[in-house]
Amino acid sequence: MSGMFVHNLRLGARSLRKNPVLTALMVMAIGFGVAASMITYAVFRAVSGDPIPQKSSQLFVPQIDNRGPQYNNGGEPPDALNYTDAVALMKAHQARRQTVLFAVRLSVLPEDARKAPFKVPGYAATGDFFPMFDVPFQYGSGWSAADDDAHAPVIVISRSLNQKLFGGANSVGKEIVLDDQQYRVVGVTETWDPKPRFFDMFSGHAYSEPSQVYIPFNRAMDLKIETAGNNNCGGGGKRGDDRESWLRGQCVWISPWVELSSATEVERYRQFLASYADDQRRAGRFNWAPNVRLRDVPGWLEYKHAVPPESRIALVVAVGFFVICLVNTIGLLLAKFMRRASEIGVRRALGASRADIYRQFLAEAGMVGLAGGLLGVVLTGVGMLGVGLVFEPEIAHLARLDLSLVSLALLVAIAATVLAAFYPTWRAAQVQPAWQLKSN
Amino acid sequence: MLKMTHLSKVYRTEVVETYALRDFNIDVKEGEFVAVTGPSGSGKTTFLTIAGLLETFTGGEYHLDGVEVSNLNDNARSKIRNEKIGFIFQAFNLIPDLNVYDNVEVPLRYRGMKALERKQRIMDALERVGLASRAKHYPAELSGGQQQRVAIARALAGSPRLLLADEPTGNLDTQMARGVMELLEEIHREGATIVMVTHDPELATRAQRNVHVIDGQVVDLAEDPRFHQQQARAGAPA
Repeated sequence: MSGMFVHNLRLGARSLRKNPVLTALMVMAIGFGVAASMITYAVFRAVSGDPIPQKSSQLFVPQIDNRGPQYNNGGEPPDALNYTDAVALMKAHQARRQTVLFAVRLSVLPEDARKAPFKVPGYAATGDFFPMFDVPFQYGSGWSAADDDAHAPVIVISRSLNQKLFGGANSVGKEIVLDDQQYRVVGVTETWDPKPRFFDMFSGHAYSEPSQVYIPFNRAMDLKIETAGNNNCGGGGKRGDDRESWLRGQCVWISPWVELSSATEVERYRQFLASYADDQRRAGRFNWAPNVRLRDVPGWLEYKHAVPPESRIALVVAVGFFVICLVNTIGLLLAKFMRRASEIGVRRALGASRADIYRQFLAEAGMVGLAGGLLGVVLTGVGMLGVGLVFEPEIAHLARLDLSLVSLALLVAIAATVLAAFYPTWRAAQVQPAWQLKSN
Repeated sequence: MLKMTHLSKVYRTEVVETYALRDFNIDVKEGEFVAVTGPSGSGKTTFLTIAGLLETFTGGEYHLDGVEVSNLNDNARSKIRNEKIGFIFQAFNLIPDLNVYDNVEVPLRYRGMKALERKQRIMDALERVGLASRAKHYPAELSGGQQQRVAIARALAGSPRLLLADEPTGNLDTQMARGVMELLEEIHREGATIVMVTHDPELATRAQRNVHVIDGQVVDLAEDPRFHQQQARAGAPA
């Protein structure tokens, strides 16, 4: 840091102390503007990020229109599969990896009989679920394809459930009881809860509480475990009176995923889907042209409107408010700087170039920005408590004041204030020293 | 040291052109002490601000220390102001928020001088004007004469080749004015080139040479009728 820069900071601090009211007004304007922007950005960031950036272009959702143009959603196939199509896709096994899943909610019976059973959310899925979605493990791993085929009573539990049931010890090989059924623990995941939960947008669980258990899809079917997510029988379909007719019917409730690692594989799978739908038409099940989709994660999130519109609107409003605060700051800085025209004249006479004046006054503005940023961080922290008043609770709880947000708040405050100070500083640098000195 | 040839300065508005300086010629040699006199509005201060590169001129030539300055950019002009010129103003023009030490330091800061050398020069300059003991005082805590001596110390600290003084005693009482004038004479004896603008004929006589300005031009007093008219209006013998 050069001596002149430090000197300019000292001059800035002295100048700011000299006009505490004006300084406070500027700092407050920046602070409130930054806080409003950061709070809404924290929400927006939480809901708009890529939940699996390393693989989002390799994971795809196959969709098949099993209802026809009369009932589908504006030409779009349903967002999930019925049991018939889900099983058919799994059997065809046309992807490198593939899984089908549905949400479950099971009752855990603790070993200690004195403790009451409790419900946990989870998923019934196939073994490829874990490597496909890069699920991190604390102990063990997911189950194998053989376990899927054998309808094995195995389970993967979350780190928090493992802590609750086994005190955080390695529980691989231990048995637990869910809904009166015994399962053998094969893996304990690290804390893992991608936001939004892209693989379960259909069930409305994109932002709900983290999953605690994962059990094999086939085992869940054997045990007739009902979905805890959506079951969409729209378009004239019916739930059916019994389980078998429901499974054979057109109700969609299973989320399918496939992993495809090249454009060729994607194209091949797309053709397979179309071919499958065409086969169904020829078999008399569909009496409409094949209507299929294959969306990757970003495309899927966009299609499902994963970013709530209110978060986008709130961000725009907050940024607008920040801009208004900055415009006010420009006015205050202009008043402050131009009151020092005679000082500027003297400095210019004594050898300060326009660039020196720029440096001095921008350093002062930077200090206002830093102070405003610090106030903004405090206000952001306070404001986080009230996010729930504006957003749905399950979205509001995602907003967090972490180190990256603190850094961003300070950076934005300083950069925006320095940017806002360019006009007042330009005016200050244009002061004609001769006129100032003559007028004195 | 300072040579202006056929120099003019015109202030233009949409409807009127005002000549502040017209065919202005002056040649100040190195080591000279020149007093520039003239009535109010004659262009003395405009000459001084152009001489000090605080203002540009409209036509003619200006050589400062052998350099033609008309085409210099802001950085180059600032550098010359900082290194070659010292200013002393009628209104002192100290920065009120800075103490005496920091005021004297201002031009040295812009020269990028190291802290140790800055300190040495500041204290030497303050010693010279007899205010070393007031280094931590603020301008408001000093008398007018002391403030002007601080301004002189500020001008001297950078060891400029040329000192430009605009009515340096104009805001001082007689006794303080005498002290400041003696200081300027001492500085001149040590080799500095000084150009002093003044209204005061008595002060002007203490310079080596007088240059009289009327209506933006340097005039020969003995031959210029305007001088005689001015003297007549003032009731003094020509």
